[in-house]
Amino acid sequence: MTQTPYPLAMDLAAGLFLLSAIGVLWRQQLSAMIRLLGLQGAALAGIVAILGVHQHSLELILVAVGVGVLRAAALPWLARRALGDSPAEARETRPVVNVATSLLAAAALTLLAYAVTRPLVALAPSPATTILPAAVAVVLIGFFTLVTRRRALSQVVGFLLLDNGITATAFLATAGVPLIVELGVSFDLLLVVLVLQVLTTRLRTAFGSSDLDELRELHD
Amino acid sequence: MSGPAQVAAVAATAAQVVVVAAGAPLLVGVMRQVRARLEGRAGAGVGQPWRDLRKLLRRQPATPAGTGWAFRLAPLLLMGTSLVLAAVVPLISTGLPADPAADLFAVVGLLTLGTVVLALAAIDTGTAFGGMGASREITILALVEPTILVAVLALSARVGSTNLAAVVTATLHDPLQVVSPASLLAAAALGIVVVAETGRLPVDNPATHLELTMIHEAMVLEYAGTDLALVEWASSMRLTVLLGLLTSLFLPWGIAGAGLAALPLAVLVLLVKVALLGAGLGAAEVFIAKLRLFRVPELLAGSFVLALLAVASSFFLA
Repeated sequence: MTQTPYPLAMDLAAGLFLLSAIGVLWRQQLSAMIRLLGLQGAALAGIVAILGVHQHSLELILVAVGVGVLRAAALPWLARRALGDSPAEARETRPVVNVATSLLAAAALTLLAYAVTRPLVALAPSPATTILPAAVAVVLIGFFTLVTRRRALSQVVGFLLLDNGITATAFLATAGVPLIVELGVSFDLLLVVLVLQVLTTRLRTAFGSSDLDELRELHD
Repeated sequence: MSGPAQVAAVAATAAQVVVVAAGAPLLVGVMRQVRARLEGRAGAGVGQPWRDLRKLLRRQPATPAGTGWAFRLAPLLLMGTSLVLAAVVPLISTGLPADPAADLFAVVGLLTLGTVVLALAAIDTGTAFGGMGASREITILALVEPTILVAVLALSARVGSTNLAAVVTATLHDPLQVVSPASLLAAAALGIVVVAETGRLPVDNPATHLELTMIHEAMVLEYAGTDLALVEWASSMRLTVLLGLLTSLFLPWGIAGAGLAALPLAVLVLLVKVALLGAGLGAAEVFIAKLRLFRVPELLAGSFVLALLAVASSFFLA
């Protein structure tokens, strides 16, 4: 294949990957957050597929298909099932940090990610490693979402963002993740989301809300 | 500069100013007509803003008692800055004689000057609505200007110049740049701030006169006759120039170089592009509601982040 479309496609997929993470911080509707999560899964699968096509590796392309099925379809579907349909539960009403501030924080985290990954990128500059900062930024933004959101479901979304970022970092920074490791990670992830889904449902039937701060007050 | 080139440059500037001044009310008419048709109304027709302007221009301006020079000068200054903008921004040609003035910072400064004189005039009337509208407009302005600067900076980083004509020329030479992440992010950020700056939905509703929600309308409430015509005309020209700037930066095909021959085609292409963009904006407005004023900073913070990411990616992915 020619060399020109490859870096461009890589940049576009990485841009979409980072943008959907920021979109999760931007939107307050939980259903919109889950849609963005699916979009991010698709972008991650795209990154892996582009890598696979570039390296002529059938294994990577198969992994990309697996990643796509799991992160763009299965996990958002599970999260949507946990959403329930009561209107009071449909929004992240009062995050710990308000939306405008968390967007600025996301910008700062992105710049931080660019700053700390510069030595890593300088080790082996290639189209795959130049988008490493985007993956690290998604890790940081996912962690930020996990810390500042109150609803159980948005914390699940934050956790999945974090994991998407880690997976992307693994694919971009290393020569390739062994299939068995990737399978193990994916299976773990699926189990975590299933458990959290059950937890959210139990939480709602017990307290009528999935606000995790209520849980702390119960202990006091 | 030699004779024929000078003639071509002057002709291009004149054509650009005339097209923007004559086309701006028509653009507003097209947007209203698209909206009316989509809402199932017949609509007043594309020429209605021109008929309104003609009616207003025949009437005497009336100034409220107690207002000073700020109120009287504002329509003239707003119109003046809009005309200068129409003359310097590369809309149909990259070889304009005012090219050195088409610097990013100069253009944003001119835009801001127009907004600020209008806000001063609104405060000068001393009415509650005027002050409220001015305070809201300045709040939005303070969030919009950094975003415009940062977003266009992302585009100028790869060219190495903040001159708009240089940016447009570079994009013409390397069309693949348009789909780079920096360019796409900057396009999204600029799109949002253009909507905010020109007072369209979801930031401000141009069709309403509900006191509690209006921004632009609250500021121009005390104007009448010729003054009102100037303010409305200048506002529509700003909208046209900003939409034209968007098309020049991200869809620059058809813009003429220094020659005279390509000008008619460039004018036609500009008309088509801006009309399509305006119609799209008008159609999109049917489907969205006005955002609560307190949530506008969220929207603008989002667009600022997009612009910042555009700058980051233009530096790091290059």
